[in-house]
Amino acid sequence: MDTLIALIWQLIALPTAFFIGRFTERRHLRDLDERESRSGDIIVTNLKTIADPASVEGGRMVIGHVVIATDYWKSFATRMRNLVGGEMKSAQSLMIRGRREALMRLIENAREYGATEVYNVRYQFSNISMMRGSKGGAMQVEILAYGTAIVRRSQQIASP
Amino acid sequence: MIIVNTETIPGREVSHILGLVQGNTIRAKHLGRDIAAGFKNLVGGELKGYTELLTEARREAVQRMMAQAEQLGADAIVNVRFTTSAVAQGAAELYAYGTAVKLV
Repeated sequence: MDTLIALIWQLIALPTAFFIGRFTERRHLRDLDERESRSGDIIVTNLKTIADPASVEGGRMVIGHVVIATDYWKSFATRMRNLVGGEMKSAQSLMIRGRREALMRLIENAREYGATEVYNVRYQFSNISMMRGSKGGAMQVEILAYGTAIVRRSQQIASP
Repeated sequence: MIIVNTETIPGREVSHILGLVQGNTIRAKHLGRDIAAGFKNLVGGELKGYTELLTEARREAVQRMMAQAEQLGADAIVNVRFTTSAVAQGAAELYAYGTAVKLV
């Protein structure tokens, strides 16, 4: 009886998660494409040394982060992938989405501050699902991006 | 207090280094948020509750770091780094550290 319920649950949850998950992922990717196309005003680099320091008015740390999870279908795909090995596309797309979102939030934070450049950008990653102790391939990850936003005195953009 | 993660402060000059300062906090998850996150595991996407929780926790860690720097009489903290680690099941440690400096 229990196995039957589990099987029915899988039959309902997997396709539901597949369609809703794919829909939300595509919407998120479209949103990211749109925001990224507008983010050309801010130069982002992981260089430490600041170009033309004489024209800098001030700087401040900016942060962008996101906690993102795989859907049930992808968790299932991850479990299956563990059996046969190879490239884990489901987890890969989650990481890329998370990094893009974190970087966009960092850029938006820098824009609010009135910055033209962000230096020394670093990414930090942590797996929250381990903290939750959840089993079975579900991934919840936190991605943090941080850097130093720079405001120029005459608002001229120096190449980094 | 100026906080940057570069080694120098743009537009300012460091007169001397005061030493390493740090701040940390360990946060446990909240049951209500955990249930909401459980639903999210079905459809995927951003877990807003956790994002907020970690934003708040990281701010706390930075504030503790700043308090330590203020005690040393610092004007700024340079080369700030963040780390996150799962110290126990259901709890995360957020740690911020940097170098407190005195400006010219």
